Parts: sequence; C-alpha cells; structure tokens
Amino acid sequence: MDRELILALSGVTCRYPGAPRDSLQGVSLEVRAGEFHAVLGPNGSGKTTLVRAALGLVRPAAGRVEILGRPARGWSRRDLARVVGVLPQREDNLFPQRVRETVLLGRYPYLSLLGGVRAEDRAAVERALVVCDAAELADRWLWTLSGGEYQRVRLARALAQEPRLLVLDEPSASLDLRHEMELFELVRALVDGQGLAALVVTHHVNLAARFADRILLLAAGRPAGAGAPGDVLTRETAERVFAWPVSIAPFEGRPQMIPLRQRKDAL
Amino acid sequence: MKYVLLAVAAAVTLGAAVILGPADVPLRDIMSSPIVWQLRLPRAVLAFLVGGALGVSGVALQALVRNPLADPFLLGLSGGAGLGAVAAIALDLPGPWALPLAAFVGAVGAMALVYRLGLMGGAELDPRILLLGGVAVGAFAAAITTAIVSLAQATELRNAFLWLWGGFSGASWTTVLVILVYAPLPLGVLAAAARPLDLLALGEEPAQYLGADVRRLKRLVYLAASLLTAAAVAVAGVIGFVGLIVPHLCRLVWGRLHRALFPTAFLAGGILLAAADTLARTVVAPRELPVGIVTALLGVPVFAFLLRRWTVS
Repeated sequence: MDRELILALSGVTCRYPGAPRDSLQGVSLEVRAGEFHAVLGPNGSGKTTLVRAALGLVRPAAGRVEILGRPARGWSRRDLARVVGVLPQREDNLFPQRVRETVLLGRYPYLSLLGGVRAEDRAAVERALVVCDAAELADRWLWTLSGGEYQRVRLARALAQEPRLLVLDEPSASLDLRHEMELFELVRALVDGQGLAALVVTHHVNLAARFADRILLLAAGRPAGAGAPGDVLTRETAERVFAWPVSIAPFEGRPQMIPLRQRKDAL
Repeated sequence: MKYVLLAVAAAVTLGAAVILGPADVPLRDIMSSPIVWQLRLPRAVLAFLVGGALGVSGVALQALVRNPLADPFLLGLSGGAGLGAVAAIALDLPGPWALPLAAFVGAVGAMALVYRLGLMGGAELDPRILLLGGVAVGAFAAAITTAIVSLAQATELRNAFLWLWGGFSGASWTTVLVILVYAPLPLGVLAAAARPLDLLALGEEPAQYLGADVRRLKRLVYLAASLLTAAAVAVAGVIGFVGLIVPHLCRLVWGRLHRALFPTAFLAGGILLAAADTLARTVVAPRELPVGIVTALLGVPVFAFLLRRWTVS
C-alpha cells in the first residue's frame, strides 16, 4: 500500500528576478509519510530555492508544487504552519528569550486572535521538549545553549507545530560529530516512530546516504539523480556533480563517498 | 501584578500632575478648581495618551525594522511634521487647528513617501530600505524647513522651533477627545498583530514558516504605527526618546512578547511623558521648558546605558 503523499513537486522551474539562469529547472520530488528524503548538491545547486518553492515562498515559473494535494501557494501561511514544520538555515535572535518561550512559538498557528495559550498548547510544548531531549533546557536562556542544544530546541519548536512534514535546511552545518549524529538519529526516529515525512537539505553526502530512504541530487538547478541512495550515489554521478574524484564504498548496505586526493606534489 | 504596579504609578503620576503647578491651588480646592479641570487635567491626560501612543509605536517599529535602536521618528515622520508646521506658520494659516493639521499632513506625507520607497523594485518594506528612506526623507524635509526658516520673519519662527521640541501648553479636552477617537483604530491593529510580531523577530522567512503572513503584517504595522506617531506629533510636537526607551525598559522588565509589551509600553510611556510634562512646566515656572527637552535630558543617559548593555551582551 502506498503511503500518503505529503509533498509533491513536478517539473518545477524557478528563476529569481534579474538572475542569468534558472535556479531550479525541471525538478520533481515526492515525499511521503514515514519517509526520510534528502536533498544533496554543491553550493548554489538550488537546494534552498527548492525548499522555498516547496513551501510556497517562491512562485515557480513552471511546474507544480502541491502539499497534501493542494497547491503550495494556495495555503494560508497559518494553515501551512500546522502541516509543515521548518528549521530554516538562519534565523535572528533579536531579543533575549527562554527555551520554553521559543518552543511555544511553534503553537502560534493554533492560537486564536483573542485567546490565550491553552493547556493543550502547553502539553504540546512539553511533549516536543521531551521528544527532543530538551526538557531540562526549558528554563535556560537561548543564548546560553550550545550549537547542538540550540538545534534540538529549534526541532522541538517545529514539532510543537504538530506537523505532517518536517523540513530541515542544513540542520547540522555547525555541529560536531556527536550532535550531528544525534540530530539525524532523532529525525530518523521521528520518521519511523510517528510517521512524519522529512525533507532534509544537507551537504553531508554520507549522512544522507546512511539515513535517507530517498535522495535527490541537484547540480546547477537540475536533477542529477533521484532515488534510493545506492542507485543515486554512483562514482560517475558523484564525480560529475561535485567536480572532484571520489571513491564509493558500501557500509552497512549504504554507499559512502570518500573524496580522493588529487595533488601529491609539493609546492 | 505588573498591571497593578503600572496602574498605581499612573495614578500617582496623574495625581502629581494635577496637584503640582505654578499657580497655587490649595489641596482642598483641587476638585473644584477651574485651573485643574480646564488646564492641568486635560494636559496631564493628553501627555499620558501621547506618551502611551509613542511607547506602543516604538515597540511596533522596533519589531518591524528588527532594529533595537529604532524610534517612531526614525522613518522621516519628525522631518515631515516639522516641515508641515513651519509651512503653516510661514503661510500664516489661521485657526487653532492649522498647525497640528499641517504637522499631521507633513508627517503622513513623509510616511507615504518612505512607504512608497520601501515597496520600490518589489522590495517588500525591507527594513534597510525603510531606515535609509526614512533618513533621506527626513533630511530632505529638514532642508526645506531650514530654507523656509531662513527666509521668514524671525519672531514667528521661535514658536515653530519651540513647537517642534514638543509641548502640551495647547492641551484641551477637545485635543484629548480627538486622540481618544483617533487612537483606538491603530492601537487595535497593532494589538491584533502582537503574536505575528513575536514571530517576525526571528526574521521574515522563519516567521512565515511559523504562520505569519509577513507581507500583510509589515504593511499594516508600518501604517498603524506611523499614523499613531503622526497624531502624537500633531498634538504635541516631536517628543523624542519616549518611543525608544520605553520599549526597552518594558522588554527588560516584562519580556519580549508583544501581548504583554504593548499594554505595558502604553502605560509606561504615558507615565513617563505625564511626569516629564509636569517637570517641564514646574522646574522653571512660570516659564516652561519644551517637554522634548526634558525627555531628552532624561533619555540620553538611559540610552547610553542601554547601548553599553547592548555592546556588553
């Protein structure tokens, strides 16, 4: 039986005003419930544009984007925020705040204009904190957190939205090995345990290959490969996309990519 | 708790504003004195309302341009209001409402110009463009103001400059009524935007992912906060620092969530300005200081302290 289709892009082409070429060209993608989908590609290959198009922030010049069968740009931001939780690459912390307040922001799409925070909102916040192993951080100030703790808190905020789909844009860019592994294992556990769909944009080819069910590989805005990690990450494709010689070796049934040294001489 | 505290402080401030003054009104005559009913009370109430409006407007604009050093007058409003006021005086427009109306028109004109600049080239009220546009429009208006001043009769312009520094000597129940009728709409718009403004502090893209309609939010907040400031400047001149300091004080004490920040900033702004106005009309009695000078003298040290805190943390 097919699992429920959450996010579907077909033939999406995007170009920013004044840009010399399309940021995305003819990209298709399907993310289903209970599926971990990774998007890989070098800098400037269109990964973040893909996220923006998928979430209705960028209007595609061609192609269709649908979330739960409805066009992405047809959703109100509030309704969409009840279905999709996002960890953007960057965000500001203009004014000091505590962890629990931050996670509570994830409940804003559920709060009415005049009403206050309800018991069910507080319960959702606590649940999200526990799931992300951040309950003991709840009363800390945000600025006192380490990079790994901060990402867990932001993931808790996204989970407080009670979404069907999680979108993570380079979630482990500044994390050390342990925190990176913890984050990917947590997302994988959420996908397996709660049937969430996950779309994870990352530079980490090997982590994507280990954790993802499916991979979309982008090169200069075009799809360079899509499917199961073992089918996408071949030596030829990887060398072409990343413009560097690599060796591919299997590990626990998944391909792992090892970049080769090119220069053996001394200067 | 915080509202009880602020309400008590507001009552004390308004009480002091009514009791203190250059004319000696015995305490037992307070309730029957026309000086109190026709002069001190409407003046204190107006100062309170204007201070509240500036406090709320400051909170909203700091959240909108996501800059903690923003102030309601940063976006060219004071320049536009000054130009309107000086033009009204230079043209000798008649009637008691000519000056405030001209200042209001000037402020709204400047606001419209900055707003238009902020939408140019599809830039959806980019904070950087708003700030630069505000400074540019303000400078332009100031240049024209100075040109008019340099060509006009000297005696009348003293009034214009004193007016620009702000004051409530012209306060009456009519002015209070005008503000009471005018302010609820922009205040209501801002109150309804309280939660989305919490989200906007994260940045525009994260705010949208958490459910805020950022495009609409920014337009509404910009217009409401500017119209609130324009009304304040029309009835009381340019009163600096209230809209800068009050938001920061309230944030320090009661946190950064706008549902609490708006009402506390309204009360604290009202208290600060009513107190400053009482000082302005009593310390050099029977003459008066422009109230903007009092708020600046109180405000600059606080501002310096805040800047220091900011750089330390």
